[in-house]
Amino acid sequence: MALLEIRNIVRRFGDFTAVDGVSMSIESGEFFTLLGPSGCGKTTLLRMIAGFDSPQAGEILLDGKDLVSVAPEKRPIHTVFQSYALFPHMTVAENIAFPLRMRGMGKDEIGAKVKASLEDVRLADRGGRYPDELSGGQRQRVALARALVNRPRLLLLDEPLAALDMKLREQMQIELINLQREVGITFIYVTHDQTEALALSGRIAVMNAGRVEQLDEPSKIYDSPKNRFVADFIGTCNLIDAEVAASGDEKMVLEIKGLGEVMAKGKGEPGTRGTLALRPEKVRIGSHLSPETEENHFKGTVHDFLYMGDVTVYIVEVAEGVHVEALLPNSAAGRPRILAAGDPVEISWRYDAGTFLHE
Amino acid sequence: MSRKILAASGIAVYVFLYLPLLIVVAYSFNNSKLNAEWVGFTWHWYKVLLEDDAMLKAAGNSLFIALTASAVSTILGTMAGYALYRYKLKLLPVLVMAPLAIPEILVGVSLLIFYVSINLTLGLGSIILSHIAFCVGFVAIVVRSRLSGMDESLPEAARDLGATPWVAFRLVTLPLIMPGIIAGALLAFTLSIDDFVITFFTAGVGASTLPLQIYSMIKIAVTPEVNAISTLLMLVTLFIIVVASRISPDSIRGK
Ligand SMILES: Nc1ncnc2c1ncn2[C@@H]1O[C@H](COP(=O)(O)OP(=O)(O)OP(=O)(O)O)[C@@H](O)[C@H]1O
Ligand SMILES: [Mg+2]
Repeated sequence: MALLEIRNIVRRFGDFTAVDGVSMSIESGEFFTLLGPSGCGKTTLLRMIAGFDSPQAGEILLDGKDLVSVAPEKRPIHTVFQSYALFPHMTVAENIAFPLRMRGMGKDEIGAKVKASLEDVRLADRGGRYPDELSGGQRQRVALARALVNRPRLLLLDEPLAALDMKLREQMQIELINLQREVGITFIYVTHDQTEALALSGRIAVMNAGRVEQLDEPSKIYDSPKNRFVADFIGTCNLIDAEVAASGDEKMVLEIKGLGEVMAKGKGEPGTRGTLALRPEKVRIGSHLSPETEENHFKGTVHDFLYMGDVTVYIVEVAEGVHVEALLPNSAAGRPRILAAGDPVEISWRYDAGTFLHE
Repeated sequence: MSRKILAASGIAVYVFLYLPLLIVVAYSFNNSKLNAEWVGFTWHWYKVLLEDDAMLKAAGNSLFIALTASAVSTILGTMAGYALYRYKLKLLPVLVMAPLAIPEILVGVSLLIFYVSINLTLGLGSIILSHIAFCVGFVAIVVRSRLSGMDESLPEAARDLGATPWVAFRLVTLPLIMPGIIAGALLAFTLSIDDFVITFFTAGVGASTLPLQIYSMIKIAVTPEVNAISTLLMLVTLFIIVVASRISPDSIRGK
């Protein structure tokens, strides 16, 4: 049985629907991520799981038992808030002791647990400090320690790293994964940062406007986006209008206006209109490419390029108004840039690099 | 140039405000029956004050009224402030805040008519009731503004970590808004102790308070005894202001 089962929940604010029929089931021990743009309903969904808000329709089940009617303090679920929500009038140690106090645990036991917990998050010498005397990263760790000290069944994290700078965020991401593996507690993690989601999660639910667009493992989401929104939101993607010309069982021929025929994976009814999604790093680019190696091969000119340090992104015009982005690693040190705007180039990609998205 | 004008007018305002007060303090130590010229230093008027039974009784009444009214209105006002913050009702803010804007004389007259119509005997009780009525709104506003400044996720975090609504309020919300509550209580105390208009209408014949007593004395003449009691009243108020201004956001810590 799934640990948490969400069935068709709906939450409206006036005539605005913030969560619009969301269903998902989360297994015990999972690192599950809700990913989506600002305002898509992630926090609203999380608040309903935590119990601060109730759905107007649908069910939430924990271990198969109804959760909606259970008060937040009775749910074996803890939250790490985006603002951390550390109690400013209590010391770090008192903050971590709070959930234990609420369970009616004895003083000595609380003391021992708080001490162990502080050591776990490398803050053993900061127990007597107040939250406003800590750095952002330290506060973050206190918030985690406080939410985990009770060993909840489920931990909800609402953009816990959003307030940290890049370097610290990467470091905390690694700490988070290790922590989750160590304690084995199920995490539901909210973020609007797609790289963070891909790096951390076992599964991701991509949300948009209150709905789940796709629920899959990170690699599936990245390699086989289900629709234009997911393809566009996760990473960068060439999105080219196309129409099915012919189709086999897992290979199809697409017709692209101005360019001609392109091979892609999947199947579809001939005549169906849609979008070809193609990741830039799957497109090879060079002055001369041997034509046999890949199914799709086109000539074009460099329209523009972006030097990014580790890679260069080329925007290639392959036909009037049709641009394809291709990624070339700048791997060979000291190599002069071989392509400039206006240069003639060739690009190619395997048939299974492209996904046809039905619209 | 304009800065000089600003500075000058600022100084003028303060002089106008504080000079009369300073004069009152000075004359309370003046060895003369007249508030006209400085003759010499004396504690005489304070001794007169200590022997004036009516004045002492009025002072005692004032203190009792202010303590009771501020205690009760702090509790009610805190509850009202919390309700204002928690339930975004349309009419409630108007109901709570209207008494702040309604002219005092109107409040006084209407309370008097109300007490008479329900056959309430006028005296200490009716004064206390009236003071509570007009202090509650002030406390509510101070408390609500303190609540609006609080991170809303704090009480939620407490619930999340296993606290019932009441425990979350007691252990998290209450300590965090305590500076607001104390400030509200001090405000209520000062409002109550020097209220004249509303007290005048609702006091009846028996009970007198300091402001009423001072007023009845200066109807005859401004004696230096009035200066002495005024000085003491100023001291009390000054003390409260100092205490209130020391309640900074930092003092929420349990240090
Ligand atoms: N209490 C509320 N009253 C009215 N509208 C609300 C309320 N809470 C949320 N909303 C609306 O619901 C939508 C979803 O909000 P939510 O906070 O869930 O977004 P989010 O996905 O968490 O976004 P972000 O990434 O910016 O945090 C928003 O458009 C928001 O304005
Ligand atoms: Mg949010």
